[in-house]
Amino acid sequence: MALLELQDIHTYYGHVHALKGISLQVEEGQIVALIGANGAGKTTTLRTISGLLRPRSGSIIFDGNPIHRMPAHRIVHLGLTHAPEGRQVFPTLTVQENLNMGAYTLGNDKEAIEENRRRVFKLFPRLEERKNQLGGTLSGGEQQMLSIGRALMSRPKLLMLDEPSLGLAPMLVKAIFETIREINRQGVTVLLVEQNARAALKLADYAYVLETGTIALEGPAGELLRDERVRKAYLGET
Amino acid sequence: MEKFLQQLINGLTIGGFYALVALGYTMVYGVLKLINFAHGDMFMWGTLVGWALLAALVAPLAGMDLVAILITSVVVMGVIGAVGVTIERVAYRPLRKAGRLSPVISALGAAFVLEALARNATEARVKVYPQNLLENLPSIPLIGGVSLSGLQLLMLITCVLLMVGLYAFVQRTRIGTAMRAVSLDHDVSRLMGINVDQIITLVFFIGPALGGIGGVLVGLYYRSFDFTLGWIFGLKAFIAAILGGIGNIPGAVLGGFVLGIVETMATAYGGAGASAWKDAIAYILLIIILIARPTGILGETVAEKV
Repeated sequence: MALLELQDIHTYYGHVHALKGISLQVEEGQIVALIGANGAGKTTTLRTISGLLRPRSGSIIFDGNPIHRMPAHRIVHLGLTHAPEGRQVFPTLTVQENLNMGAYTLGNDKEAIEENRRRVFKLFPRLEERKNQLGGTLSGGEQQMLSIGRALMSRPKLLMLDEPSLGLAPMLVKAIFETIREINRQGVTVLLVEQNARAALKLADYAYVLETGTIALEGPAGELLRDERVRKAYLGET
Repeated sequence: MEKFLQQLINGLTIGGFYALVALGYTMVYGVLKLINFAHGDMFMWGTLVGWALLAALVAPLAGMDLVAILITSVVVMGVIGAVGVTIERVAYRPLRKAGRLSPVISALGAAFVLEALARNATEARVKVYPQNLLENLPSIPLIGGVSLSGLQLLMLITCVLLMVGLYAFVQRTRIGTAMRAVSLDHDVSRLMGINVDQIITLVFFIGPALGGIGGVLVGLYYRSFDFTLGWIFGLKAFIAAILGGIGNIPGAVLGGFVLGIVETMATAYGGAGASAWKDAIAYILLIIILIARPTGILGETVAEKV
């Protein structure tokens, strides 16, 4: 059984029918990419999975639990975290406090928190150097590291990343994608939303292409990378 | 010089009251961006419940004034905290997604209800706190003829302890940090696994509880009160919160002390008739500070990242 399974999900923003029957699966241990143009519903899909939006119909099963009616804060306890779009670190909390909030579900288990902190600092040594700095004073790349590091602090089974490359210099994008691969190697399943389709497809095992709220195409990432329609529409080739 | 020092002490005492009440406004504003207009009346209910309790406790605890006051304060904090939690559940939570205006109207409604209940409970009369409480607390002579009364010292210590305690809680504990996180962003806080509703409930307990004990102190200090106390005093505490930078906890404390001291000094040195202007001074000070610093003295200047 898949770690995460969406079955015919419909989500509305007020009267706008944003997701029109999304079904997808994320297998344990994989990196799955969700690509598509602006406004296709990628972020809405993640927000629906993490519980910030409630689907009008359909079901979401995570690790055997139906979560489509569960409040967002409880879903985190099951081992599913979401690093939101635009990084959104807490600007007036220090790096350390941001990370502590990522470990909120661990309660006062100091040992586990410390262990996870060490793991995150190993992935992002930059964060350790800046641990007493306020989140809002970090550079864009550092904020992205903090956002991902924070989402790892509870040792999730599934990590959802929304546009980790957004607004970063090419060098940094490469580094962040390298780190995502490393996180996956350490046993965390990843669901990745990206506009940078080429980088995402190179990284992912499997991918879904979203168009105006529906899945237009899906397949192993390597195949999509060679698919003519994908090349034309998303990889900028003629 | 002696007069100045004496007035400074008076100003600090009154400022401490303003600060305690201002904290409730600022904490609620922090997590909900809502001006809780019912807060002043909850504070007044603190004075009222404190009065009733003390009146009942004075005789059985004769000679043990401090014990009576301590019991009263603790009970009042619990009761007014519970009132705050109830008002949030009944009047604010159902309107959480209804925009920003509706909850403000609801807050005003809650304020009127609390005030009307108090008017009926007191039959609109001025009520007097038990006399001669803490009479035998020694005054502490400072330089010259200046002295700090035992009551003032007790009150200052109480205010400072509560504020330091709150600050340590918010800065150092896991729940306190979550409170700051919620005041920055509800959705991102949810993604951390924080139960935002629970944090809001906690804020609606702590803020009114501090306002409630502030009410008891004000009753002990001024000795008498009536049901309009919430509007007059509560509104000035609200001004203190804005002065310091609403949403900012040290700001509320600073705003409270600044307002208390300025108000006391202006009354003392303003010449004949100045005391008639006492309540206007708060507003004048507010206008001057807001012109110079629109976000308040310690208001957030960190640009919000989009």
